[in-house]
Amino acid sequence: MNETSARPSSPADEVFDDNVAWRHTRGGRWLLIFQLATITCILALSALTFNIVNSAFGLVAMQNEVDPDSLAVDGVDLEDLEKDALIEVLRDNVRAGLFRALDSRGPLNDRSRDELLVVILEDVVKPRAAATYPLVDSLLARAAIESEVAEKFPTAELEFRSWITPRFVTGSQSGIAEITGVRTAILGSIWTILITILVAFPLGVGAALYLEEYADHDRLFNRFIQTNINNLAGVPSIIYGMLGLAIFVRALEPLTSGAMFQSAVAAANVSANGRTVLSAGLTLALLILPLIIINSQEAVRAVPSSLRQAGLGLGATKWQTIWSLVLPGAMPGIMTGAILAVSRAIGETAPIVVIGASTVIFQDPTGPFSKFTTLPIQIYQWTSRPQPEFRNIAAAAIIVLLVLLLSLNASAVLLRNRFTVRY
Amino acid sequence: MTVQSEVGRGGGLSSSHDLPLDLRKRRHLFETLVEGGMFASGIISILTTFGIVYVLGTQALLFFQSSGVTLAQFFGGIEWQPRIGKFGVWPLINSTLMVTTIGMLVALPMGLCVAIYLSEYASPKMRNILKPVLEVLAGIPTIVYGYFALTFMTPLLRLIFGDSVVQIYNTASAGIVIGILIIPLVASMSEDSLHAVPDGLRQAAFGLGATRLETALRIVFPAALSGISAAVIVAMSRAIGETMIVAIAAGAGPNFTFNPFQSAETMTGHIVRISGGDLSYDSLDYNSLFAIGLLLFVITFTLNIISGRIIARFREVYD
Repeated sequence: MNETSARPSSPADEVFDDNVAWRHTRGGRWLLIFQLATITCILALSALTFNIVNSAFGLVAMQNEVDPDSLAVDGVDLEDLEKDALIEVLRDNVRAGLFRALDSRGPLNDRSRDELLVVILEDVVKPRAAATYPLVDSLLARAAIESEVAEKFPTAELEFRSWITPRFVTGSQSGIAEITGVRTAILGSIWTILITILVAFPLGVGAALYLEEYADHDRLFNRFIQTNINNLAGVPSIIYGMLGLAIFVRALEPLTSGAMFQSAVAAANVSANGRTVLSAGLTLALLILPLIIINSQEAVRAVPSSLRQAGLGLGATKWQTIWSLVLPGAMPGIMTGAILAVSRAIGETAPIVVIGASTVIFQDPTGPFSKFTTLPIQIYQWTSRPQPEFRNIAAAAIIVLLVLLLSLNASAVLLRNRFTVRY
Repeated sequence: MTVQSEVGRGGGLSSSHDLPLDLRKRRHLFETLVEGGMFASGIISILTTFGIVYVLGTQALLFFQSSGVTLAQFFGGIEWQPRIGKFGVWPLINSTLMVTTIGMLVALPMGLCVAIYLSEYASPKMRNILKPVLEVLAGIPTIVYGYFALTFMTPLLRLIFGDSVVQIYNTASAGIVIGILIIPLVASMSEDSLHAVPDGLRQAAFGLGATRLETALRIVFPAALSGISAAVIVAMSRAIGETMIVAIAAGAGPNFTFNPFQSAETMTGHIVRISGGDLSYDSLDYNSLFAIGLLLFVITFTLNIISGRIIARFREVYD
């Protein structure tokens, strides 16, 4: 109320503007400005989407080092060949040294047909995008592009390419943009997020219940915890990365590298250092913990205290009241908050780069002690490459990431609408 | 189980006359354990803060103890060249400030206009459309904004100002996109505090003959000022700590320049680039990152505390 008591003095100082028409004109102009700002926001979102779609589809001039048709055996296309025939094709077309190297990396006989096809693509056919064109140009200036390609790359074949394909989503990582997939990165993201959820969810809900149900807020210590959580929520994510690097990757290396559990399942896959899925998951857990706590607190607070009093009045202990009355009422809110926090963690890049996951990884992660890469890391690495085709697959990977996030957010909204309890 | 039967006996009416009713609070092992567990999860957050301070502090201390590195040089030098032992942090701070300023120049007017429009003008139907748009913008990972900065904003700037003026990596592009990134933050936090201003104030203003604009700018806006300034400070701290956009679009290599069209590495950008490469632990390079990290932490933490104070101190309570 002090605001309003101070105000009456100010109009006395200024001359009262009694030109009503002008005041309304001014009002209209400002409204226009407000509306323009809002429209600009929507435009920014559209530009962002457009820009990604524009790069994820478009014409590509493809050049193969070896024509796949020439690899056909007895009139059977390469794509339809049996496994043994594929190995023969590979043997005939690469140098003996490379063939042995490929075989020792993973015995060719043990690989699946699809894996062999990828190997042949990588080492024999070697498809290269000589030039790529964005979607808009491809649609509007196809003729110009065709003549340009015919002139510059006579051997290249111009084709309309969607960089995001089922093969891109499920294919394994490769150093070649034209045939790489993001399965390795998706699996890395999923493993990391699993650990993050397992750690952050119970801890976050527990801390929220402590602060809302148990803590005496007159005690300085409890107020300190609350302030501290609010401040942690604003710490830049890269700082968490440095914390994770020093604590999880280095100080707790025996634990996070899996060396402590040498006998465990993945002994063959245990990496030499602590830059593992586990370290990343724990780091991200610390990062989203404040968010989960704050959201859960709000959800717990929204449960009316009459419920608690009824529970306690019937003779239930405090925990019984919380477990069977407070938590079920707060669960939709807690879940919504947790899903939003998790989708933040999935998109987080900086902390994971800092703890050292930004290396080239071609193997799928198999457990908490595997080396890994994640979708955002792949996008970062591909965006940083100068070759245009890497921009295209970065855009395709962004679409995969956004679809993942959108479905998570949609499920959060659904949960909120479906299970919200009104008291 | 024994506890439950005890409760049953103590509370049961039939047996109450031959047993003295014990009304003291019962010791309950499970309850104590649960409470202890929850307290422990609350403590984790404090441990995290101490962990951050400890890790950044000790490594930064190692950095300042190494030969050839002094505090005066760190805070006074305008050259950051670890190879030749020059550790002046100003190029990194300068570009961080530039990116933040550009970002705030974009986000403040835009965010506030959107907030005022949403809170004072928009029909409920409009709000239901626009708020999700803001939420979607806020939910997009920053790496995507980084891609946007490099592949859309930079070419756009180069188209407008010319290729010779604008370098491929520049702070202007990163700053503008950071601005777009924090618009939703400014808008939704400001909108919340504008919305919290009681309707009575607006109706009083309308009753006195004020136009909608006058009500919005002279009555509602000042009443919500504390919440708005808290939003601005939080947004600033977010812009300073933003990493991936600058890592992708602002360029690699510290550069002391005031030209927003030149490439210059920020504090966060530097940390990410160096730690993303091959880095041997306990080298001077490695420790220097923690010194920068400590500085970044201190700046953002201070801003967050100030913003928290503003919210707590100037919270308007209306009946």
